[in-house]
Amino acid sequence: MAQPQKDYKCVGKSIRKKDAMQLLLGKAVYMDDIVPRDALTVKLLRSPHPNAIVEEIDVSLACKVPGVVAVYTWQDVPRQRFAIAGQTYPEPSPYDRLILDRHVRFAGDPVAIIAAEDERAALGAMKRIKVTYRVLEPVLDPRASKDGPILVHPEEDWYPPCPVGGDNKRNLVASETDSAGDVDGVLDRCDIVLDRTYHTKAFQQAMMETFRTYTRLDRYGRLHVISSTQIVFHVRRILSAALGIPKSKIRVEKPRIGGGFGAKQTAVSELYPAFVTLKTGRPAQLIFTREECQIAGSPRHEMEIRVRLGADKTGKIRALDLYTLSNSGAYGEHGPTTVGLSGHKSIPLYTGSLEAYRFAFDVVYTNLQPAGAYRGYGATQGIFAVESAVNELAELLHIDPTVLREKNMVRQGMAMPAYYGETAGACALDRCLARCKEIFDWEHRYPVRDLGNGKVRAAGVAIAMQGSGISQIDVGSATIRLGDDGCYNLILGAADMGTGCDTILAQMAAECMDCDVDNVAVFSADTDVSPYDSGSYASSTTYVTGKAVERACEELKERLCRIAARVLACPPEELTFCGNCIRRCGTEQSVSLHDLAYQAQLNNTEAAEATVSHSSPISPPPFMAGMAEIELDKLTGQVTVLDYMAVVDCGTPINPALARIQAEGGIVQGIGMTLLEDVRYDAHGKPMETSLMQYKLPTRLDMGKLRVEFESSYEPTGPFGAKSIGEIVINTPAPAIAHAIYRATGVWHRNLPITAEQIALGP
Amino acid sequence: MKLDLTLNGRAVSDDVRPDLTLLEFLREHGCLSVKQGCGTANCGLCTVLLDDVPVLSCSVLAVRANGRAVVTLEGLQEEASAFVGFLADQGADQCGFCNPGMVMNTIALLRENPDPSDDEIRAYLAGNLCRCSGYEGQLRGIRAYLDSRKE
Repeated sequence: MAQPQKDYKCVGKSIRKKDAMQLLLGKAVYMDDIVPRDALTVKLLRSPHPNAIVEEIDVSLACKVPGVVAVYTWQDVPRQRFAIAGQTYPEPSPYDRLILDRHVRFAGDPVAIIAAEDERAALGAMKRIKVTYRVLEPVLDPRASKDGPILVHPEEDWYPPCPVGGDNKRNLVASETDSAGDVDGVLDRCDIVLDRTYHTKAFQQAMMETFRTYTRLDRYGRLHVISSTQIVFHVRRILSAALGIPKSKIRVEKPRIGGGFGAKQTAVSELYPAFVTLKTGRPAQLIFTREECQIAGSPRHEMEIRVRLGADKTGKIRALDLYTLSNSGAYGEHGPTTVGLSGHKSIPLYTGSLEAYRFAFDVVYTNLQPAGAYRGYGATQGIFAVESAVNELAELLHIDPTVLREKNMVRQGMAMPAYYGETAGACALDRCLARCKEIFDWEHRYPVRDLGNGKVRAAGVAIAMQGSGISQIDVGSATIRLGDDGCYNLILGAADMGTGCDTILAQMAAECMDCDVDNVAVFSADTDVSPYDSGSYASSTTYVTGKAVERACEELKERLCRIAARVLACPPEELTFCGNCIRRCGTEQSVSLHDLAYQAQLNNTEAAEATVSHSSPISPPPFMAGMAEIELDKLTGQVTVLDYMAVVDCGTPINPALARIQAEGGIVQGIGMTLLEDVRYDAHGKPMETSLMQYKLPTRLDMGKLRVEFESSYEPTGPFGAKSIGEIVINTPAPAIAHAIYRATGVWHRNLPITAEQIALGP
Repeated sequence: MKLDLTLNGRAVSDDVRPDLTLLEFLREHGCLSVKQGCGTANCGLCTVLLDDVPVLSCSVLAVRANGRAVVTLEGLQEEASAFVGFLADQGADQCGFCNPGMVMNTIALLRENPDPSDDEIRAYLAGNLCRCSGYEGQLRGIRAYLDSRKE
């Protein structure tokens, strides 16, 4: 949308993150750096079996280990079930957890909590706990789960707070069918119907800082939790439900956190030290090892997606029919919601010519590691499937896949039935694709080039979308306060996990208040201090919390004018906020912000602060195009990504440098799950990739050139026209690289990851 | 076991368990810049200098540092400050958890090779994982620093 770009002072500027120098110089900012050293060390004994009942558990020897303070088992914990997914209440995720359950449901499920003076004592005790398991047969194949003979959650007190089509007696976490138009009829009338099935695995976020939580009782005897989390308010609610104590007795705070990518949108580590602190009255901390992170974290939902795509001979895509089978693992966190994105954020890309669609899904329990939220949240899986199917159609019809997309893709102003009926208000997808083609030099690089030395160069393409927050649910809030000398405090409940949102939101505040970004001090997040925010997830912070910042600033300006009216003895309507002063229109009268700040502390009854909560009825999608050039070794199957070009429409980039890094980081994560990161299970259903030695994260040698450009649109409902960027950027590498691999080999690989071995072995 | 070493230029003596890692020892001695990311010598977060050579402190026993000099980022604030601002300008710090290890290894690189090519930078820092940035911003930052020195 051609919008007059205002000449902003702070928005649209690539300024440094407010915490950048602290982080780069290694200052103590993370949980493990700032908590006292005398906390009890908490360790978890985990089940080696994927499905078993704890028949007997004897902790007497363990308790005798010097330094051991307590060992807790299922008999010690409250019996009320709850969910640990960080979602707005009432959560779509089923209440299927206890802090410790007698029935263990995956290899890694906690059996006992050990609290000791140090790690050595805790580990010594762990070896001395005697457990007798009644080992049950597990269900490890998600395809065999629904209505199968083995129930993962046979318990009678399994409880779904929302009607999402789940049934524990059928191993179903959720199920649904959504459609518009006569899909079967249109498919019958199509010249071509592709019927393809795609599969993606339970990829790990593998944030560098593992899950970790510290707990203590504060001076009021309340539970004070310092945790590496994206969701302080949800954690407070979850702890209250799990521990059976009122929320007024709990305070949750997040320090700087070392990456999240959605993993920390689930209360993975908080329950155990909190329970220890409540029981013992002593500070406690739990730091997950990397192995625990790999076997008992909250990875991406494994999905199998069947796509039926109907088109005519000219390449007009007329119908899309998707069925997603999602594997939630042993518990249902985020199961009912991630799956929705696999259809609702893939099908709308082809709104242009679509006559009908259907999207059905089942989310099933298995005795595998429970899944959670990972950047992209189901859209990543769905877009891999739909974009691959579209590329398959293009190759079948011998139509340039970019031309095929130009014929079919969503454009600005189109109503998107598959996207909750929302309209593509600001959409520069067409410009993204055109620009990407141009800069990437698609015309010359799309044709396959055999280098004659056993290596082939080929290119692939994909487009993507995501959302900006969860419409009609997410709440973002901001408090902005004028301080003594005209500085501002911006107090948030959002969670900067490295994204830079503390800085981005301060840029917005500085723009509104017409001051330097340095003049805005940011604080986040603490349930005792911050205004309510659902948390940083679902690409919500810039769009939802950003709008709250903008609105809070507007309200503060009005308040400041009222304070100034008293000082200048005039009606507030005659006053204008001018950044460093408030001026009376048509006169020379004004009061400086500096003086006003002191006046606000003197015989004043108007608070010099404003708090605003914001929520959006819509979730405007960001869009992007991605193109990959690879070099493939025909003998070994080795794929090298030579060049990755992405053009993103995130509305207005508030901080282009940070937006660019988000895009680059997301693309490299996408390359990782496409080519390197594998998840395999042993006979006990335990992931075999239990360390970063086996779970291959991309290094800087695994990628070639990476280029990111922005094609801005202007989203009128977002702050300064912004949408979102955090998640969408992980969505294009898998389908684009799979496409390039097909171009190079003639084989479609429909299962991720596509390893060199699989390529070398062929179809 | 008795351990005598120089830590960031200061003599330190301690009695340590033989299986204590250098990483644990350093954090216990207040060097909180040293982070554990993997525990299997795969991520580079715990990089420190042992007699001026970068090592992964999660995989070095503390007693191996006996009689030697250990330097962490706490001891190289000035040298690091010279170039980390260029990384900050790119927004390449991101979550920051990998930064100290990467900064330490970059210091080692620049001491060895004051004018590295992009490929030399990538190769030297290959063992420093970063899950946030996609690496390009880090490279741009280091390149900008090197270019600024030539001006």
